[in-house]
Amino acid sequence: MAATGPAGAIWVHGESAPDGSLARISTEVATLARTLGEEAGCEVVGIVVGADPSAAAAELATYVPRVLAISEPATADHAAGTIVGQRLAALIDRDKPAYLFAGAGPEGRDVAGVVSALTGLGILVNATAVRWDDGPVVEMSVFGGKLNTTSRFAGEAGIVTVRPNVVSAEPASATGTVEPTDAPGELRLPQVEIVDRVEAATTAAPIEEARIIVSGGRGVGGPEGFKLVEEIAEALGGAVGATRAAVDAGWIPYAQQIGQTGKIVKPALYLALGISGAIQHKVGMQTAETIVAVNRDPDAPIADFADLVVIGDLFEVGPALLAALRARAG
Amino acid sequence: MRIVVLVKPVPDTASGGERLRPDDFRLDRAAVPAVVNANDEYALEAALKLTEAHGGEVAMLTMAGPTAPETMRKALAMGAASGTLVTDDSLGGSDIVSTTRVLAAALKDLEYDLVFAGADTSDGGGGVVPAGVAALVGLPYLSYAARIEPNLEKRQVRVHRISPTGYDVLEAPMPALIVATQALGEPRYPSLKGIMAARSKTIETTGLPADAALDGGAPGRDSSTTAVLTTEAPPPRAATRVIRDPADEAARQVVAFLAERRII
Ligand SMILES: Cc1cc2nc3c(=O)[nH]c(=O)nc-3n(C[C@H](O)[C@H](O)[C@H](O)COP(=O)(O)OP(=O)(O)OC[C@H]3O[C@@H](n4cnc5c(N)ncnc54)[C@H](O)[C@@H]3O)c2cc1C
Ligand SMILES: Nc1ncnc2c1ncn2[C@@H]1O[C@H](COP(=O)(O)O)[C@@H](O)[C@H]1O
Repeated sequence: MAATGPAGAIWVHGESAPDGSLARISTEVATLARTLGEEAGCEVVGIVVGADPSAAAAELATYVPRVLAISEPATADHAAGTIVGQRLAALIDRDKPAYLFAGAGPEGRDVAGVVSALTGLGILVNATAVRWDDGPVVEMSVFGGKLNTTSRFAGEAGIVTVRPNVVSAEPASATGTVEPTDAPGELRLPQVEIVDRVEAATTAAPIEEARIIVSGGRGVGGPEGFKLVEEIAEALGGAVGATRAAVDAGWIPYAQQIGQTGKIVKPALYLALGISGAIQHKVGMQTAETIVAVNRDPDAPIADFADLVVIGDLFEVGPALLAALRARAG
Repeated sequence: MRIVVLVKPVPDTASGGERLRPDDFRLDRAAVPAVVNANDEYALEAALKLTEAHGGEVAMLTMAGPTAPETMRKALAMGAASGTLVTDDSLGGSDIVSTTRVLAAALKDLEYDLVFAGADTSDGGGGVVPAGVAALVGLPYLSYAARIEPNLEKRQVRVHRISPTGYDVLEAPMPALIVATQALGEPRYPSLKGIMAARSKTIETTGLPADAALDGGAPGRDSSTTAVLTTEAPPPRAATRVIRDPADEAARQVVAFLAERRII
């Protein structure tokens, strides 16, 4: 693929969090896109579509030189993915950027699916790294981490969804501009009304983006045991994760489940308490930078891929660890 | 009520043997046994429970190679009434754009009140196909469902969509497309009776749907928008350090280890 003049623009989907601020994943995606744009010598533009896009757009402008803010009242009380996707697709048809980068979480996936369907742009999903070589060269981890692939687009345009924690977010040296913009066209697709928003009883931190995750499995024994997991997580400033066994038992909500049918995480530290390390769990956490496990069974599969394993009872090692962490914090 | 579930056969992740073919980097489907994609089983289970409660039946729609009926029988054994397989030699190696267009076109030939899909596929799927299918067919799209409540009189469906802080209650007219999650409940195991009954259920095989054409030509590998360049095994993790000391000493060593790695 020979270079044909300056590359087309890279766009970043700026996802809004429920409170209207910029979702953390978007700060990472924006950092990645800016780095690629500097290398490619192309424009990098953030796009925020929301009922009141101003807060998220202002934050996105600290990462990229230019942000288009599209006010879309319908997203206040309608499921956002299809609406945002249509607006982005219409803007893409008009302005013809080369690439769209989005987060690989639920919101980004919904948006990417709609944009791809409406524009015909291909998608490289779940990027774990991206470099530039006349276009994005996207690294992915497939088959539950057994293989790393690199891929590119057949043409000179496409959509990339990026996993959390692939780059650390870093604001640009100068703040960019925010341009309130009208999106062309109509919203043709059916809208889905949000009739209620319910806050969960748990205040558990989201695990996808956490730098430290302390996870509990069947060995934790019950909701009581999860108190210990929570305390250790708190002492480490981390989030609480779980295996499907713990979720199925009703000890912790599904939102905290890690693995094949739960979430894929990539924290700096994964501390596994009473977790065997079954393949379906492993695929969700094995790309953690450091894995530490506490398990009383020296033959548990997790002992084969953890960096450090303590062979012992988590109800003895856990409280000792908690005490040591607290003593260290002073 | 008729529910069509989008079901994809995928290599069994528990087999550990998944690989790409060395010549063209396409998934080597002959290397490992195929199973129903785990997330699609949650969609099937939810569909079966709803038709048991409200009447009606579950059909499945699959785009895959010619051996797919073997895997589809598992879904029929769970209780689905019938299946449609879209298969064509040119579809091997299809990308997301092709898959989405083919499924959307095939849906136009089916009757349904609801379409269910899984949250993503375990063979490298990006969880993007269902949103695209809904957009092309023009169906209301309700993703990440933890609960699904159809109201047949009002022809409406309510879904609890998992949100970052809890859940949103969504409401849409039927027909609609819903993405299932594990939170809907454990999939059933096929009973012996179910397995027997599955043998006589119909799987209709069709070729490329007529209006699945892409701007650039027919769907399938020849119009693929993406290409794999390289594959390699990830670098092996360093050897595991094992600590067998009493709790206090073990805890001290863990803290030292975390500090050494600058995690704390
Ligand atoms: C299609 C499919 C999808 C799946 N998806 C997922 C998924 O997304 N996520 C997931 O996690 N699982 C998933 N599973 C389930 C997975 O196969 C395992 O069953 C599950 O991960 C086991 O959870 P566990 O490690 O908590 O329990 P176990 O395997 O029972 O392990 C418990 C561990 O705790 C240790 N232990 C017990 N008591 C103590 C103690 N007091 N102190 C120290 N150690 C102790 C034991 O030695 C053991 O190793 C899936 C399975 C299937 C079939
Ligand atoms: N080839 C296919 N045939 C039938 N359904 C599919 C196919 N590909 C994807 N799907 C559906 O779309 C969901 C998400 O797939 P993906 O976007 O590939 O991760 C799956 O769980 C299926 O329900």
